[in-house]
Amino acid sequence: MDTTTNSVGAVQPQRAHFDKPLALAGGGALPAFELVYETYGELNAARSNAVLVCHALSGNHHVAGHYADDPKNVGWWDNLVGPGKPLDTRKFFVVGVNNLGGCYGSTGPTTINPASGRPWGADFPVVVVEDWVAAQAMLADRLGIDTWAAVMGGSLGGMQALQWTLEYPERIRHALVIASAPKLTAQNIAFNEVARQAILSDPDFHGGHYYAHGVVPARGLRLARMIGHITYLSDDQMAEKFGRKLRQGDLQFSYDVDFEIESYLRYQGDKFAGYFDANTYLITTKALDYFDPARDYGGNLAAALARARADFLVVSFSTDWRFAPERSREIVYGLVHNRLDVSYAEIESIAGHDSFLLDDPRYHAVMRAYFEGIET
Amino acid sequence: MTNVLGRFDFDVIAKWIRPGEKVLDLGCGDGSLLRYLRDEKGVLGYGVDNDPDNVLACIRNGVNVLQIDLEAGLSGFEDGFFDHVVMSLSLQTVRHTERLLAEMLRVGREAVVSFPNFGHRSHREAIAQGRMPVSESLPYQWYNSPNVRFFTMADFEALCAEHGILLRERLGFDGEAAVGEDLNLNASIAVYRLGKAG
Repeated sequence: MDTTTNSVGAVQPQRAHFDKPLALAGGGALPAFELVYETYGELNAARSNAVLVCHALSGNHHVAGHYADDPKNVGWWDNLVGPGKPLDTRKFFVVGVNNLGGCYGSTGPTTINPASGRPWGADFPVVVVEDWVAAQAMLADRLGIDTWAAVMGGSLGGMQALQWTLEYPERIRHALVIASAPKLTAQNIAFNEVARQAILSDPDFHGGHYYAHGVVPARGLRLARMIGHITYLSDDQMAEKFGRKLRQGDLQFSYDVDFEIESYLRYQGDKFAGYFDANTYLITTKALDYFDPARDYGGNLAAALARARADFLVVSFSTDWRFAPERSREIVYGLVHNRLDVSYAEIESIAGHDSFLLDDPRYHAVMRAYFEGIET
Repeated sequence: MTNVLGRFDFDVIAKWIRPGEKVLDLGCGDGSLLRYLRDEKGVLGYGVDNDPDNVLACIRNGVNVLQIDLEAGLSGFEDGFFDHVVMSLSLQTVRHTERLLAEMLRVGREAVVSFPNFGHRSHREAIAQGRMPVSESLPYQWYNSPNVRFFTMADFEALCAEHGILLRERLGFDGEAAVGEDLNLNASIAVYRLGKAG
């Protein structure tokens, strides 16, 4: 452990295989599956210091540290997790896991379907937040973790933290729900649908079985990512970061890149299309759209939250319009209704939805203070 | 009187709250009142504050705090959910006084408010000499005060009468000493326990 840089240092992904079938919320079951995960810090003797970090749309199990053979591959929440950081790995045992349906090694569309001997592709079932949490619980069993000190996540990850409190109320003491929502709005679903249509209409998609054709629907994935990026930033931040700055100093009078923002979106889109799987993107956006714990309670969120027993920290960001503060407040008021301990911080930030991944001092101070208050 | 919390009005407020109650503390600062009520009376408390430093202080204090703008009202809270809604030395910092008082008594069975009494002798003397008062209870200059409403106990009671708000109990303090008579002249801090008529 390298404490001079506050990094957990070089880490190694691990793999857990499960032969017990996992019944899925959408019907059917996965007969067997694997989860790729990483851990940082030490599980204490009482097994009371474990924290699960749930990833969002494009995240994975690599939460913190780097790989010895790839030092530039730093975990996606490394600024928050490490020795001396807000989620302090000297106190907590931290687990990051790639969710089912992912494309980083856990069972998903790119892995081999034992029934056919070929990649699952479009045949991989649409797994949802409830399924991810059920699989995470099986991983917790495997790691000897009966109760999480905390489950934390941002955005779609926050939905998983919330779902933990409903599905396994006795197995989670604290939930940190960051830049999240109790369900997506129509506008939010609409953005996901445009992203999906970009992928589904790409000629290289081949009904989701593009692996067999030796291609990937890169154009669709690229567009999907570009749309996503627009919604993750705020108007103010885009204005500040890019404004109307020109790439080459002059208008081109062509359909090539004129403005810096175009260049940025193309770069982000290309980069993403180079490593992310389109089927995983489709599944994950559906998981976002479907998440709605109040659905079985006639839309009454407070009634849905009645099962929860955990203490909560809910955090939102002032310029996040994709997961707006109002949505976080819905969760907060639902928790108050159920007399649960909850604190809510609304962080002033220019960076929109992306704020939750940045290291704003006020935001991190809140996270640090909350984790410091968690007994292990 | 004893001053266990560092804020003498807290002692009065704490006496009015029974064990196990649900309490909402508006403008809760660093959460010390709620912490005291939780530790000593097993109260389920939530603080509301819109200052990020106070939100952080509450979290450090292990107290529930919700970062909400009081000017936006209490619309997220349910009718009658709380036994007591407390507003300690903050009422004068809120613009929509009438609406907030109504909201406090909507979400709470009783409201407890304390505020600096503009009618105190020293404040009247300052005005008589042509200057805005600056005192222990009104420690700010006119140009840097967080206070946006300046009112006396008599003003406040008139407003309550107009809105059918019952004055269940009323106390006045000067410094930390309880004031016996002519509160509007002698009290620098007023503390009220309020209820709904009917």
